Amino acid sequence: MSAATYDVVIVGSGIVGAACAAECAREGMRVAVADQEMVGGGATAAGMGHIVVMDDSEAQFALTRYSQQLWQGLRSELPDDVEYEQCGTIWVAADDEEMDEVRRKQSYYSRRQVPVEVLSARDLERLEPNLRKGLAGGLLVPEDGVLYPPCAARFLMERAQAHGASLDLGVRVEEIGKGRVRLRNGAEFRAGTIVNAAGAWSPALTPGIDVKKRKGHLVITDRYPGFVGHQLVELGYLKSAHSSATDSVAFNVQPRRTGQVLIGSSRQYGVESKEVDHAILSRMLERAQAYMPALEHKSAIRVWTGFRAATPDKLPLIGPWPQDSTLYLATGHEGLGITTSLATARLLVDQLTGRRSAIPVEPYLPSRSSTLEHAHA
Amino acid sequence: MNSDRKPFDVLVVGAGPAGIAAAATAAECGARVGIIDDNPAPGGQIWRGESANRGGEPASWLVKLDHPNIQRLSGTRVFDHPAAHVLHAETAEGFLELSYQKLILATGARERFLPFPGWTLPNVMGAGGLQALVKCGLPIEGKRVVVAGTGPLLLAVASYLRKHGAEIPIICEQASRASLARFGLALLSQPQKIAQGLSLRRDLSGVPFVTQSWPIAAGGDGVIKDVRIRRGRITETIACDYLACGFHLVPNTELPALVGCRLRDGYVEVDNLARTSVADVFCAGEPTGIGGIELSLVEGQIAGATAAGRPEVAQKHARARTKLEAFVRALDRAFALRPELKKVPLPETIVCRCEDVTYARLKPHGSSRSAKLETRCGMGPCQGRVCGPATQFLFHWSPDSVRPPIFPTVLRNLAAMSCREAQHSGAMRGSQ
Amino acid sequence: MPELLTVTVNGRSVAVRAGATVAAAMMIAACDCRKSVSGEPRGPLCGMGICFECRAMIDGIPHRRSCQIVCVSGMEIRTDE
Repeated sequence: MSAATYDVVIVGSGIVGAACAAECAREGMRVAVADQEMVGGGATAAGMGHIVVMDDSEAQFALTRYSQQLWQGLRSELPDDVEYEQCGTIWVAADDEEMDEVRRKQSYYSRRQVPVEVLSARDLERLEPNLRKGLAGGLLVPEDGVLYPPCAARFLMERAQAHGASLDLGVRVEEIGKGRVRLRNGAEFRAGTIVNAAGAWSPALTPGIDVKKRKGHLVITDRYPGFVGHQLVELGYLKSAHSSATDSVAFNVQPRRTGQVLIGSSRQYGVESKEVDHAILSRMLERAQAYMPALEHKSAIRVWTGFRAATPDKLPLIGPWPQDSTLYLATGHEGLGITTSLATARLLVDQLTGRRSAIPVEPYLPSRSSTLEHAHA
Repeated sequence: MNSDRKPFDVLVVGAGPAGIAAAATAAECGARVGIIDDNPAPGGQIWRGESANRGGEPASWLVKLDHPNIQRLSGTRVFDHPAAHVLHAETAEGFLELSYQKLILATGARERFLPFPGWTLPNVMGAGGLQALVKCGLPIEGKRVVVAGTGPLLLAVASYLRKHGAEIPIICEQASRASLARFGLALLSQPQKIAQGLSLRRDLSGVPFVTQSWPIAAGGDGVIKDVRIRRGRITETIACDYLACGFHLVPNTELPALVGCRLRDGYVEVDNLARTSVADVFCAGEPTGIGGIELSLVEGQIAGATAAGRPEVAQKHARARTKLEAFVRALDRAFALRPELKKVPLPETIVCRCEDVTYARLKPHGSSRSAKLETRCGMGPCQGRVCGPATQFLFHWSPDSVRPPIFPTVLRNLAAMSCREAQHSGAMRGSQ
Repeated sequence: MPELLTVTVNGRSVAVRAGATVAAAMMIAACDCRKSVSGEPRGPLCGMGICFECRAMIDGIPHRRSCQIVCVSGMEIRTDE
C-alpha cells in the first residue's frame, strides 16, 4: 500500500492539534491530521474553556500571556458558536493572607503590562453579589476570557482545511516515529515531521513522554442569566493545581453565554476510570457552595469528567523529541490547553521554520526532560 | 438524610402498573417494601388520576398499596445510584438516600416524539401528553383535537378525550392497514384485548380513522391552528385547537443502564424471574419490552415475588408472561416507523427542543456525541429523552452512555454524600 | 361540582379544579410556559415530567416542571412572558 506523504502529520485534533494544523497549513505546509474520534474531543471537549494568564512561573506567564493576546487578536473572526466572551477572571481572596497574594499578583502583572485591578471586599460584592459575604476581596484580570472549546477547535480545523489540510477522523493511530504514522487499519502516512498532539494519549504513542492523566470533574447548571459575570477562581486553586500527589478540589465557576453556570474544579492523579467519582464531586460542589451559597438551589443538568495531560513541572512539551528527529511534541498542557493552544502552534511553526519565537522556547522543550523529575510542592 | 433508616427489603422504582404489582406482591410475600415515583401520585401514565376508591381494575391494584408493609414515596425522583444497594433521590423537601436489599426497576416508558415543521407550537403535545394534561385539570370540552402518530395509545387517547367532550376530527395512524390487520390477528389470542378493541370501536364510532397518514406540518402563529396531514398520496389541512401526536413508546432505561443492567436492542435483558444482569436488581414492565398493562402486571408480580424470595410464587405467572410477550413482538411489528417519516423534517425544523438545534445542523454528524459537543443537542435538561429517540430514528445515532445525574438535580442534593462516603471522607477533609 | 381553587399566572387569577397541575393552570390562562433559547413560545409536550418544556417559575423558584406540581391555593406562577 503506498503511503501518502505530507510535510506535517498531526496526531490529535483537540484544540492543540487543531491550532497546530491551522498554523502549519497557513504556513503553506502540506498537513494531515488524524484523530481517533472527532475534532475537539478529549480534554478539549471536557474542559472549561477559560483563557487565563497565570503567574506560576515566568515561563507559564510568558506562554499564557502570549497566547491570550493571540486569542484577543482572533476574536473578531471567531464565529458565534465559539461563544468567546472577554468576561475577565476574578481571583477571589477569602482572607488577609490571600489578599497579600492578590497584591503580589497585582505587582507581578503590572510590571508585565497585564491590566489588573485589586478589588476590595465591597468591590467584590458589587461585581459578584452571589459570592458569599465576608470575603476579603480579589484581583480582576479583565483581559481574560472564556469560550466554548469544541467549536473553537472546529473553527481552527476548518481554517487548516481551508489551507489544504486533510483530516482523518475515527482512526486509531498505532505507531508513530521515523517519519511514519501507522494506523490500526494498516494505512500509513509519511511525514517530514510528525506532531504528537494527543494529550492524555501522547505517552501511549511516544513512550517516555512524562505526561500523566489528571482527572477533573465538571458540572453545568440550567440557565440562570446574570448569576455570575466573571470567571471566578479561588486563590487556593493554585495550591490545588500545584499539588501533584493528593486529590484536590478548588472553587472555579464560569458564566456561559447561555446563562448556564459551569462549575469546577477537581484534580486526581492515577485514576484511569472515566466514571463520576461521588466523593470528589461532593467535595467540589461543597466548595462551590461555600463560595456561592446561592448555587445550592440551582438545577444541575449534567456532570462529566475529563483527563488533563499533566507534566511534572506544569509546563507543556513543545518542540522536537530528542530520540527522533522527525517527531515533535505539542502536549502536556494540563489545565491550560485552551489558553495556550494558539501560542503552542506558533512556537511549533517557528521551530519547524527556524524562526525566532516571540518568547523564549527553552522552558517548553521536550529535551528539558532532565528537569521533569522534580515535582514542585 | 435518613442515615438511620433500615434498608428496604425490596425497593420499587416506578408506581405504574408494573411497580404497583411488584410492590403489592412483594409485600404480600412478607417483604418490607418501598415504592417511589416521580409523579405526584401513584398510577404511572396509564393510570394517572385513577383513585383507589373508584372501582375497576386500576382501583383494585392501587388499593393494594395500602398494605402495611409498603411505604409510598411519591414526588421522588431518583438521580443517582452511587453504590450497590443505594439510590439517591430528590424530593420537593430535599434529598433522600434509599438503601435496599433488592431493587425492582419499573420505570415504564415515555412517548416517542418525531419532529415535523411546527411541532414546537404550543398545544402540539404528545397523545399521552395531552391526555395527562386533561387528567390533571385541562378542560377539553368543545375543543377540536387531531390525534396522530402511531400505536394503540392513539385510540385510547382519542376515546378518553371524546368522553370528556372533545371533538376528534380525525385519527391519523402512520402504519398501513395491512400492518394493523396483522396486529388485529395477533390480538385474537388475547381476549382481553379484543374486548378493549371492541369497546374502543364503539367509543370512536363516527371518528375517521385513516392509516398511512401522518402530520407533515403544524401551522399557527404562537399556537397551533391547523395541521397538514399526508393521507396516502394527498395532503389535507385540518383546523384544530390541539394536536395530540406521539409515535408509540420508548422504554425508560436510563436508571437500569446507570445501575449497570445489560440492555439488548434498547431493552433491559431479564430472565423469566425478572432478574437483570446485575445481582439483586430486577426489572418489570415496559423497560423489558413495550407490552401494555397486562404484561406489566404479570411481570410486576413475577419481580415482586422473586425479589421477596418466593420464586415459586413467581413461577405461577410464567405461562401468562409467555403468552403476553407475544404482544410485545406484535406491537413492535405493527407500529414500526415508516421511512417516509425521516423526510418530514425540513432543514430548519427544530429537533432538539431544549437547545433549539435544527435538523440541518445535526444531519452532518455521525454520532450523538459529536453532535452534542458541537450543537449541544441532548445537553439540555431533558438529557436527550425527547431528541434521543428522534435522532436515533432520523440519523441512526446510538445513544450516548448514561451518567449521573439521570435527572436534573439541585446542586445541594447532587453534593450530598452517601452516609458511608461521609464517614470515610471526614478523615480526609483536611487534605485540600 | 368539583372543588375549585385559585392561583395566579403572571398576576392574573385563574380558577382550577382541586388536584389540577400548574401546567393545566397555565394552559387555562392561555399562557405559554416559557420561551425557548431562540425565543419561541413553548408549552407542555409530554405531560409526564420528562421534556422540561413546561418549566415555569412557581413561588419564586425558576425551572420547575409545572406538569408535575399540583396547584395549591394562592400559588404564584410566572412564565417567561
